[in-house]
Amino acid sequence: MSRLALAGAALIGNALLVTSASADSLTIVGWGGTSQEAQRIIYFQPFAEERGVSITEDEFVGGVGILRTQVVGGAPTWDLVQVEDHELQLGCEEGLFVPIDYDQLDYAPEEFIPGAATECGVGAYVFSMQLAYNADRLDNPPESWADFWDTETWPGTRALRRGPQYNLEFALIADGVPVDEIYDVLGTPEGLERAFAKLDEIKGDLIWWEAGAQPLQMMASNEVVMTSAYNGRISTSNREEGTNFVGIWPGTGYAIDSWVILEGSPNVELAHEFISFASHPERQARFPEFIAYGPAIVAANDHVPAETAPLLPTTPVNMEVSFQMDTAFWVENIESLTERFDRWVTR
Amino acid sequence: MPDTMPETSTIPAAFNPAGSLRASLRRAEWRHRVVAFGLAAPLILFLVVVFVIPIIQMLTAAWVDRSVVDAMPRTAAAIHGWDRDGLPDEPVYEAIGLDLAEGQATRALAGPARRLNTELTGFRTLILGTPRQLPEETPESWRDTLIEIDARWADPGHLVTLQRAARATTDYYILTALDLQRNQADEIIRQPPEQRLFFSLIWRTLNISLSVTALCLLMGFPVAFLLAHVGGGLRNVLLILVLLPFWTSLLVRTAAWIVVLQSEGIINTSLLTMGVISEPLRLIYNRAGVLIAMSQVLLPFMILPLYAVMASIPPSHMRAAQSLGGRPWFAFRKVYLPQTLPGVAAGTLLVFMLSVGYYVTPALVGGGGDQMLSYFIAFYANETVNWGLAAALGTVLMAIVLALFVIYTSLFGLKNVRAG
Repeated sequence: MSRLALAGAALIGNALLVTSASADSLTIVGWGGTSQEAQRIIYFQPFAEERGVSITEDEFVGGVGILRTQVVGGAPTWDLVQVEDHELQLGCEEGLFVPIDYDQLDYAPEEFIPGAATECGVGAYVFSMQLAYNADRLDNPPESWADFWDTETWPGTRALRRGPQYNLEFALIADGVPVDEIYDVLGTPEGLERAFAKLDEIKGDLIWWEAGAQPLQMMASNEVVMTSAYNGRISTSNREEGTNFVGIWPGTGYAIDSWVILEGSPNVELAHEFISFASHPERQARFPEFIAYGPAIVAANDHVPAETAPLLPTTPVNMEVSFQMDTAFWVENIESLTERFDRWVTR
Repeated sequence: MPDTMPETSTIPAAFNPAGSLRASLRRAEWRHRVVAFGLAAPLILFLVVVFVIPIIQMLTAAWVDRSVVDAMPRTAAAIHGWDRDGLPDEPVYEAIGLDLAEGQATRALAGPARRLNTELTGFRTLILGTPRQLPEETPESWRDTLIEIDARWADPGHLVTLQRAARATTDYYILTALDLQRNQADEIIRQPPEQRLFFSLIWRTLNISLSVTALCLLMGFPVAFLLAHVGGGLRNVLLILVLLPFWTSLLVRTAAWIVVLQSEGIINTSLLTMGVISEPLRLIYNRAGVLIAMSQVLLPFMILPLYAVMASIPPSHMRAAQSLGGRPWFAFRKVYLPQTLPGVAAGTLLVFMLSVGYYVTPALVGGGGDQMLSYFIAFYANETVNWGLAAALGTVLMAIVLALFVIYTSLFGLKNVRAG
């Protein structure tokens, strides 16, 4: 795309948009839904009141392309964005984000969980993808991903998220690979073959979901006997809709969402202040009240209420049996593996 | 008096009967045209800005990719002359080494890393990882140093890819969109079967779109016929019912279909209770779900042009045909149907064009093998920021649809595509 035309379009866009970030305001972008609502209550509104600044919110559907378009124009309308791990890595390499100045923050990098304090981003929360089933419909509960593959004991349709991500790892776990060796195996051509061959075993029983709410719907309507699902949505559904979904922890894959500051934002210092504000352990520990995502700062574990701790991916006993999504692996292979996945799923 | 009549050329134009009429007519026409153009100018400008320019940019992005040329200029200049006979000479490796070292400092390597990784997976770590291992002092032999850091710097496959990518224009994206590739000798060959993807994807997209168009025509024609032949009050009610879906969000409609079609949904439970089936039908998360949901969403686009054309057919034609001895079905076939063809043409064209670009509905209600081309265009544009391939796929899709449009209108005649 012509940079000139893009810059021109961005300039026109900015001229038309009234709320460019000014000195007393911050534009923060989240992912919408329950998580952003929780952030609004715990972070945005208290921060606005305490500092006397105005916070403008926006929503982000994902993709480095959108962030690139914001930054390339030179005057991004967004200041702080919450991004996923691969967006963090790609954007940081491209220079889309301002490097975090940890001296300006109240917390040192070591106080965060491993992988949360990076060059361009600070962890916001930890979410995870796990095996889930409807306890109201299933008498004998599955206990591992190997059970997901066991179509004799648990006959019926299963659902997985469309795409290679998470599913290749789950397939290897079901095939007996320990959680800390997954990416060593997956990094080899034989490992990939093994994962796809494993998925082939249950291909006829699989349906694919796209949006995070779909697996819950599928479990509620008995469309599937087991599915992969985001752990936060499971607990929210149980709490608010009275469902009885259960997510098991062995073989869970977790990932860290981070706050980043877009290059070109005029509010870098204020953004750092917000990140400090949002990383406060007691505030981070309030997040699980709304949705069961884990805090990114270690000290928060002391403040998490006892009944919520088992539901969080960051609780030590859960983290032991989980694996962290390997960002570098997926950034390099997402294109080729998605193409390979589509070829496989069509066959 | 006739011999004192002055010559035509010395008389002012306004007094010249023959010439002035032509001239003033031309002037009047010119004025009309200027006024008409002036009135249409804002719209033309709008269309050019939001339509023509982005399409040209998309077409350009499909074959212009300067990410390697801009970020690694020395390499681009040096590797251009490599004849692929053995490994490149030392100057090429020196150029690569210097470019990598400089690019790391200026954060310029993300672009070429992404671009080269698209062509050959693994290149990303090669481009981003190598500079971190470069020695402090200038090495004696860049070639040995680089190959020692990573053996892939001696791999002809990687180097040929680098050479091809180190140009301002590339045919890689267009070729990939057509499941073609260049081999070592630079000939264009088909990709090996296990790598082919987009041809079947394009075929699947056209297949689904044609099926949806046919379904819409089958369902829409009777509804339009009813609308055109029913009395005023009832017609208004029916028209509102046809238009009602437009007032609901597309995602809401798709979600509603999930509720209706699922295993314990309305359709399955009623069929089960009536005893028609013993096991729930799989109506969703497969091709059936896609066709049902998309047809319902696109039905109004078929009904409205058809209704508009049918409403303009005088009812006297059918009566005349029958009074001349034609039986009702014969009259319908020979008199009524041909007159509805412009509406059919407009409706089918509209529905086809729209369904070719759909991807949200198939993503939510479709099975694994039901994703349409636009899903991948969105994937490359947003997730992997591979704008080249997204643009190439868009270009291919546009070319196919244009080709179909040309064939279609040459069958029907362009001026016969009317919506009323």
